[in-house]
Amino acid sequence: MKETSTTGPRSDATAAGARVELDRLVRTFGSVRALDGFTLTIEPGEFVALLGPSGCGKTTALRVLAGFEQPDEGRVVVDGQDLADVSAQKRDMGMVFQSYSLFPNMNVTNNVTFGLRMRHQKKGPSRAKAGELLELVGLSDQASKYPHQLSGGQQQRVALARALAIEPRVLLLDEPLSALDAKVRGELRDQIRSLQQRLAITTVFVTHDQEEALSMADRVCVMSKGNIEQTATPAVLYARPTTAFVAQFVGISSRVPVETSGNEVTIFGQTCPIRTGEADPGAGPRDALLRPEDFGIEVDPDGKGFVTHKSFLGATTRLVVQVGEISVRVDVRSDQGADIELGTHVRPRVIARDVLVAPRMAIAAAVVDG
Amino acid sequence: MTPFFVYVFLGLGIPTIALVNLAFRTHAGKLTTKNIHLVTHGVFLTGFENSIRLALISSIIPGILGVFLAYAVHTSRSNIGRRLIATASGVLANFGGINLAFIFIAALGAQGLLTVWLNAIHVNPYSHGFSIYTYYGVATVYLYFQLPLMMLVITPALAGLRPAWREAASNMGASSWRYWRHVGVPVLMPSVLGGMLLLFGSAFAAYATAAALTGGIIALTPIQIGNFLNGNVIAGQENVGYALGLGMLVVLAITMILYGMVRRRASKWLQ
Amino acid sequence: MLLAGAYFLLPLYAGLKFALQNDAGHFSFFAVKAIPSAQGFSAAFTLSMKLALVTVVLAMLLMVPTTIYVHLRLPRVRRIVEFITILPIVIPPIILIEGVLGSYPGWIKSSPYLLSFLYVVLAMPFVYRSLDAGLGAIDLKTLVEASRSLGGSWAQTLRRVILPNLRPALLSAMVLTLALVLGEYTMASLDLWETVPVWIVNFQQSDGHITVAASMIGLIGTWVLLTLIVSLDRSQSRRSRRKAGTT
Repeated sequence: MKETSTTGPRSDATAAGARVELDRLVRTFGSVRALDGFTLTIEPGEFVALLGPSGCGKTTALRVLAGFEQPDEGRVVVDGQDLADVSAQKRDMGMVFQSYSLFPNMNVTNNVTFGLRMRHQKKGPSRAKAGELLELVGLSDQASKYPHQLSGGQQQRVALARALAIEPRVLLLDEPLSALDAKVRGELRDQIRSLQQRLAITTVFVTHDQEEALSMADRVCVMSKGNIEQTATPAVLYARPTTAFVAQFVGISSRVPVETSGNEVTIFGQTCPIRTGEADPGAGPRDALLRPEDFGIEVDPDGKGFVTHKSFLGATTRLVVQVGEISVRVDVRSDQGADIELGTHVRPRVIARDVLVAPRMAIAAAVVDG
Repeated sequence: MTPFFVYVFLGLGIPTIALVNLAFRTHAGKLTTKNIHLVTHGVFLTGFENSIRLALISSIIPGILGVFLAYAVHTSRSNIGRRLIATASGVLANFGGINLAFIFIAALGAQGLLTVWLNAIHVNPYSHGFSIYTYYGVATVYLYFQLPLMMLVITPALAGLRPAWREAASNMGASSWRYWRHVGVPVLMPSVLGGMLLLFGSAFAAYATAAALTGGIIALTPIQIGNFLNGNVIAGQENVGYALGLGMLVVLAITMILYGMVRRRASKWLQ
Repeated sequence: MLLAGAYFLLPLYAGLKFALQNDAGHFSFFAVKAIPSAQGFSAAFTLSMKLALVTVVLAMLLMVPTTIYVHLRLPRVRRIVEFITILPIVIPPIILIEGVLGSYPGWIKSSPYLLSFLYVVLAMPFVYRSLDAGLGAIDLKTLVEASRSLGGSWAQTLRRVILPNLRPALLSAMVLTLALVLGEYTMASLDLWETVPVWIVNFQQSDGHITVAASMIGLIGTWVLLTLIVSLDRSQSRRSRRKAGTT
């Protein structure tokens, strides 16, 4: 993607972001509760990612916000206005779909000006606006092309320009990068984020790719089975997951059965405090959830663990260490990892300051990755 | 591979070349343009005009009706209904020829069932000049298999209308009417035109049904060719039949060229 | 939609009623029963059956190897072949028979099997499309490469690998050809052979009821055959979905 330099500051004031409140939304399809009391408030100008596996309800939530689905219960409030009686057509939101949403019978410019034409804007100003936006997304030279002449990445950029042309109060993106190949995805990711920050539009971004969510969003809302597991900034989400689901969906976790006594657990002979303020795992046996970087390794011929796998990842090396019947993933710096071979006996230590615990799962499920 | 090309050459190539050649020759074998001249005037010209007009009626009317019907089916909620109609259109589109002709005689002939019913409610189509054995009668029968044919052709195109377009348009503020006007109809148009062209070709070239219904006394080009082949020739006009055939080839070739152009546009947009 | 349904069902109902009446207007199977013994029918029926058999065999012998070849070896030829399959639309039966009658030598024209030869041409577009779809659904190239790498000769590959997997498409193509031959009137009548459709038209002078009864049977037969094809098609698409699901 070539660098485009815009000619000076934008003269027209773009719509300031709107405040979005999704209040206890319920949506059922047959016997499936796609949304189960979904509640989320999004501040003006904020970029929120809805992250979760397929079927978790994230797309349903977006479509309810857009007006393509009606909730069975709950409200959608934007800037204080309840949108219950407002059709999708009149909601003033710009949406970017997963793929192939450009109108095939219109060229790029006419696609981008479509929303403006629907609002009866005159040809001159609307074309000018389209020109601005195409420059913003770096496609000024494709203005007369037709969608079938563009690559997937180019099409999505046009879709973005089209959604932004109407200066929407909210920008909605439904997995816009999923259908693109990896390199294009990365470029577009940065472009969307920088555009959003510049225009300060409230944005809701649906994805199943945690890397996308973590790298782009101000806050990430992790969903599962129609409900929110945790909503937090990417850093907090990663470092301090509050539920087992989040711990395992975001980043990589290893699951270790532990003994609990009071506020502490014992892992590999070491005591660690339990993280406070998180969901109560209840009585009964517990597992601790640890990230690869929560461990340290010492080579020790008497150590109870031995290395079964080794993957060179660049700056770090990921080891799989078997301790008894448990496997844990441990990241070490590659200069240390260079000396460790398969079968080497090691002693793992927990170096995190506290650990997350969850109800115990069977051993077979204990070897886990994100 | 070669056997295939040989077969096609023998089965399609030779007859066609022979036909074109004979169109330009007298019965004795000399080169002439007399046949062409005869064919573009008088009763043969009328035949062409009739045939083209019949084909137009049999393609435009079922064409438009077919689109609406296909849309009604496409958006209907009953799965069984949809599957039933899909099978039915597949079958009905292949109902042609003489079987259909006789069924319609049973229905709308002078003593036909429907004619009798209509008479009972004091509507007598025959007193208004309608007859299944004439031009417009033939057109009515053609409608029967042309309509399902159009539905067969247009249903995949309707399915190719992505819901994302509808939603994107709505998201941009377009009402249902404006969606159709700006996106739906333009995108469908190549397929609709293609379907109508197909219908036109099919109706123009049809022989069996018209022959069975009218016994060969109607002024349509295929029928006139049939008469030639049956030996109803005026001396000096023996090869006019071939010129008629050549004329049909020209019309059909133009139709298919247009069809090809329209199809390319449709496939570009609906990928 | 209901209106359309009525439009389509009424003539069929009328035909059915007429077919099941005698001259006095009462319900009766006489017309149907009279068909087999009607004058000229058994000869016409035999002829139609013979023509159908020869056509189907010829069509399969010609098109199966051709389509396989196009799929495996010559994607470039594919466009030519597809163009050729459009030609019968431009050269309809009436024109074709005219050209044939004007060019073929007399000794060929005196055989009814000339019709079979030409019917194969008429059937070619449908047969090609059906076989082509069938081959596409089974990923022919991979199967053939697997068979050849395991030591199979061409004949064995054809017999044990390709044809068994092609069964729905083959049956579908054969049924389509059969329906075409049994319903074809234009060329048969102008070539002066009395096949069943030609017989029906010739017989209408004698007794309307029998004619309509024969036509109704023809239509019902077509319906049965074509419904068969649809269910074959569905079993084939189930195969290709299974294939896609295993990648």
